[in-house]
Amino acid sequence: MRPDIVNDNSLTFAEKIISVRADGAEKIHRPGDITVLPVDLAMAQDSTGPLAIKVFGEMGVPRVWDPSKIHLVIDHSFPAPDEKVANLHHLIREFVKKHGVRLVEGSISHQHLLENHVVPGMVLFGADSHTCQAGAVGAFATGIGSSEMAAVWASGRLWVKVPESIKINLTGQFKKGVFARDIVSHFIGTVGEDGGNYRSIEWKGSAVKDLSMASRACISNNSMECGCKLSIFEVDSSTQEYFRSVNRKSMYEIRAGSKASYKDEYDIDIGKIVPEVAEPGNVDKVKEVGEVEGTPIDQAFIGSSTNGRYEDLAIAAKILKGHKVKTGTRCVITPASNGIFEQAIKSGLAEIFLQSGAVFTNATCGACVGTHLGVLGENEVCISSSPRNYIGRMGAITSKIYLSSPATAAASAIEGKIADPRRYL
Amino acid sequence: MTVSGLLKGRTWVWPDDVNTDIIIPFRFKARTNDPVEMAKYAMYGFDPEFYKKVKAGDLFVAGKNFGGGSSREQAPVAIKYSNVAAVIAESFARIFYRNCFAIGLPALEVPGISKQVKQFDEIEVDLQDWSVRTRDGSVHPAVKVPEFLRGLMREGGLVEYYKRHHNFPWETLETKAVAR
Repeated sequence: MRPDIVNDNSLTFAEKIISVRADGAEKIHRPGDITVLPVDLAMAQDSTGPLAIKVFGEMGVPRVWDPSKIHLVIDHSFPAPDEKVANLHHLIREFVKKHGVRLVEGSISHQHLLENHVVPGMVLFGADSHTCQAGAVGAFATGIGSSEMAAVWASGRLWVKVPESIKINLTGQFKKGVFARDIVSHFIGTVGEDGGNYRSIEWKGSAVKDLSMASRACISNNSMECGCKLSIFEVDSSTQEYFRSVNRKSMYEIRAGSKASYKDEYDIDIGKIVPEVAEPGNVDKVKEVGEVEGTPIDQAFIGSSTNGRYEDLAIAAKILKGHKVKTGTRCVITPASNGIFEQAIKSGLAEIFLQSGAVFTNATCGACVGTHLGVLGENEVCISSSPRNYIGRMGAITSKIYLSSPATAAASAIEGKIADPRRYL
Repeated sequence: MTVSGLLKGRTWVWPDDVNTDIIIPFRFKARTNDPVEMAKYAMYGFDPEFYKKVKAGDLFVAGKNFGGGSSREQAPVAIKYSNVAAVIAESFARIFYRNCFAIGLPALEVPGISKQVKQFDEIEVDLQDWSVRTRDGSVHPAVKVPEFLRGLMREGGLVEYYKRHHNFPWETLETKAVAR
């Protein structure tokens, strides 16, 4: 690394990491510049991988650039709910065998990579929009499509445009019943669903040190809902502690300069945030829970790469304990990884879920994408901790999805209508 | 298949923030690898019968943030295999925009365009000039994109490009970093 770049006080995180990592062009890069990055990790999943495999075959590339850096994850519809999906899963397993690349089944890609592979300073491309989750540990991580993924498999490199950056100054302390998801929902409601398009978001401020790795992952993941390219928490002592605990080493610890220039800056006082709910149709239709409280629901879903981590399941269990899911309402709880699933069984969360009448499933994306384990029928209403409430996302195009934290979804499951979680905490 | 020259067609006008779940729902796109099959679910979230109504050479004109949400390349693929010749929008979500070039679907960002066009207007897209001519004859320039991407689009996307050149268009790219 060139010390003059690392120490340049005028660079944002995105400008600095691209400047440091640019392939054969290690020099200062500014927003709008286009350059090529070498790829440290390339991920595709079971709904983008099959198309990438097809494109890779059509290109006629004989072998992948580096099998150890390529991960295929069967997570969206796992295990296969029908024959058509099973055939595409088979295509993935055959590709894995032929090229010797890595395969994971069950765990959601973003969580699997966070638990096992991602390190600070890494360049990670994923054929999945929520790949930006790995920004939680200070990695360059962003989503691409299947054809570009095939090109990465062939060459190990990909072009990028240097994004402008947004800085968010987080201060204050969480009030009861408010979680990381409420912060990021509040932000998306503020900037709109394209408010971060082509941009890199940097989460800073005195409140960051108190955010757990799971909370940072939730925020970086869900930042995608304003269209961002990157969503970054720079490496701090908690990040370093996390990587010591999992015995992995940073590639580079990149930090923005104190005189970096930002397109926009926002101040968020966490202490002023309440439980937030996004109304159906658009992720930025964010309201305070009180404005939609009492809306009848058919299903509550707690899970997804945004909010299916252990701390999410633990808060859902705390709320559900001693209560029953309202008769006529389904409550589906889906962990984000196989490890979280096991941990929830061993620690007794699973028992609480089952006693409450909830359905506790294996790790998968599942209901979030309307593929299995909680698909919505005509006109049904769901409150969900998943990232998107778009038309037909979880099933019928007449169904409706409200988005919230796992706590709000759990409280709503008990009442059979949208409920304020603060009454249960 | 290469794309070039002048495209003339009738328009389908779409609102702001048309996301990829609307363009093709997950449960359909995750159950096929055949682009012709994907096209049967194009714009399903707005109209499950869209595929019966669209005609070859039609053009999309949309508001801001077209193609937001999921990275699914099946979204531009479903549009392309509906034989829609080009997508014009006030702005695009970034992954969708990249995917359009990667699969050779012309995508032009034209600020203000959605107010200049009505459903089923006949308009022209000039891929050489990178502009749109509306019914009244006025010409609206699209936001410029780097030549390597326009070249990629003209050659029909990454598969066709790689088959012809045995490399990717960015491999020979001169990085335009600010010198210090």
